[in-house]
Amino acid sequence: MTEPPSGTHPRVSREHVLHLLAQMIRIRRFEEKCAELYTQEKIRGFLHLYIGEEAVATGVMEALAPDDAVVATYREHGHAIVRGIPMTKIMAEMYGKQEGCSHGRGGSMHIFDAGTRFYGGNAIVGGGLPLAIGLALADKMQKRRRVTACFFGEGAAAEGEFHESLNLAALWKLPVLFVCENNRYAMGTALDRSESETDIHRKAESYRIASQAVDGMNVVDVEAAARQALAAVRETGAPHFLECRTYRFRAHSMFDAQLYRDKAEVEAMREHGPIKRLTEWAEATHFIHAGDLERVEAQVAEEVDTAVAFAEAGTWEPLETLTRHVMAEEARP
Amino acid sequence: MSAVETTYREAVRAAIREAMLKDERVFLMGEDVGRYGGCYAVSMGLLEEFGEERIRDTPLSESAFTGAGIGAAMGGMRPIVEVMTVNFSLLALDQIMNTAATVRHMSGGQFGVPVVIRMATGAGKQLAAQHSHSLEGWFAHIPGIRVLAPATLEDARGMLWTALEDPDPVLIFENALLYNMKGQMAADAGPVDIDKAAVRRAGDQVTLITYGGSLFKTLEAAEALAKDGVAAEVIDLRTLRPLDDATIMASVRKTRRAVVVDEGWRSGSLSAEISARITEQAFWDLDAPVGRVCSAEVPIPYAKHLEAAAIPQVPGIVQAARETLGR
Repeated sequence: MTEPPSGTHPRVSREHVLHLLAQMIRIRRFEEKCAELYTQEKIRGFLHLYIGEEAVATGVMEALAPDDAVVATYREHGHAIVRGIPMTKIMAEMYGKQEGCSHGRGGSMHIFDAGTRFYGGNAIVGGGLPLAIGLALADKMQKRRRVTACFFGEGAAAEGEFHESLNLAALWKLPVLFVCENNRYAMGTALDRSESETDIHRKAESYRIASQAVDGMNVVDVEAAARQALAAVRETGAPHFLECRTYRFRAHSMFDAQLYRDKAEVEAMREHGPIKRLTEWAEATHFIHAGDLERVEAQVAEEVDTAVAFAEAGTWEPLETLTRHVMAEEARP
Repeated sequence: MSAVETTYREAVRAAIREAMLKDERVFLMGEDVGRYGGCYAVSMGLLEEFGEERIRDTPLSESAFTGAGIGAAMGGMRPIVEVMTVNFSLLALDQIMNTAATVRHMSGGQFGVPVVIRMATGAGKQLAAQHSHSLEGWFAHIPGIRVLAPATLEDARGMLWTALEDPDPVLIFENALLYNMKGQMAADAGPVDIDKAAVRRAGDQVTLITYGGSLFKTLEAAEALAKDGVAAEVIDLRTLRPLDDATIMASVRKTRRAVVVDEGWRSGSLSAEISARITEQAFWDLDAPVGRVCSAEVPIPYAKHLEAAAIPQVPGIVQAARETLGR
């Protein structure tokens, strides 16, 4: 890791480094527990793990304000956790319990939370981009200075909605931070097998959107880039595009045997993992001290245990309420 | 209050205008709605009155602008999205079905999508297969949305505001042949109920169930039947989802015979659904099988005579009604 940035960049203090590390560890340990619970059949459905990509959600979310909106994908546990949705409610949602953040109606792929303006949890690749455009349009039309952060994978760049949405955002000058989480594989298809232009940020440039690529395995770089981008969006009202180059260490989903990539490649990337890199750098620069990491791990282990206990103790929604939440329950005027 | 002459087009425009004046959160967006005045001239003049922020021309990007309407609704606005025809709405189907219709449920009731999406539907203008279909029955299949089909001037004028007040997504299908329809309407016509079907003509021998562009053909057929001594009751569904079973069954129990007239294709159609519901709920009251008059199982052709033959017409409706009476 290079020297920490300065000026308008994030304050790199011992406290902040520990915080970033703890956030990434919270995501990592939560998801490792989810994988374990999946094999125990406590969690079902599709389970898409974010392990390896923690720096992206952590860095971007650090820079967002509480009243900004977040639109995420089906690989969104990490976003939900660092956005501030209680881990208990997220875990209960994984179980399908009514105490979950989507009351058991969404599951792993559809985490929603009105309190933190977390608009899902969208399992249609590219489907969240038009939604983000609309949220930003609503802010602009109501003269609110909020930003909508829209996360999506590089696979979305192949969808028409990506292009339609980038065009609209630039044309209408909407306050959207596009965050492309380029993990190099769209499900099981490598980027160069699916895209003629593999520099995704260049696609945004063609729509005249300010755009940059950033090392998505380096949380400090991501946070710095996100802070600069968000400052620009707030200043100009215009969209900004961040391509965060990252890697997922786990399979696309729990059903994926990963026949499309070498184990050696995964192992090599693990060596550059975001938690490992930040830890090593923080130790070398003495930002963290002996015992710090152990303390963080212990706190996170306790948080995960509490979340699992909460989910286990959760209750199933009664069958009589099956058709709730299809239409509004309040009477129409 | 005195009546004024108006057209269906003017009634829709008046409804949009009124909504824009009533609520600052309301805005219209879609292809050609601004500078051009709307491809069916519905929004003519509104850009001058309300400006580009609120009468918003969009690129040819059905998915993105429909999705933007959905997002804007979730963000506190009350958008009216105009899709040029139902055929093009298929490019936005992902947003309508996978987002608008599902968000409330997937979020456990935390987020609603109060968007109104208007589109033209139906055949009769020799626009061939990619501009003439009636797919509102498909949309009526989807839980999580409401589907309206205003046939009369009063409904064209009144349904929009009620739809905008609805906390859920509402799709409004306007039959393209109705835009030029002229008639008298109360000068103070305002919002209407969108829950109930309407009995447009009373009768006690056969129930003709229809909506939208087929309503006037069905009323004409009922007139022809009356001359022949057959008293047909005509029901205008008005709302295709949720269906007003009560009005349908009350009529069928009275007349003991029913014919569904639907410009959609017969297979897997709204007419199939209505027929099945009548069988489920009123089978023992029936004196004859439920009849259906639908579009032929063919993409709507261009040539005028073929197009006319492909969609429900008065003689076919009269014939189907007679068959239920064994005449």
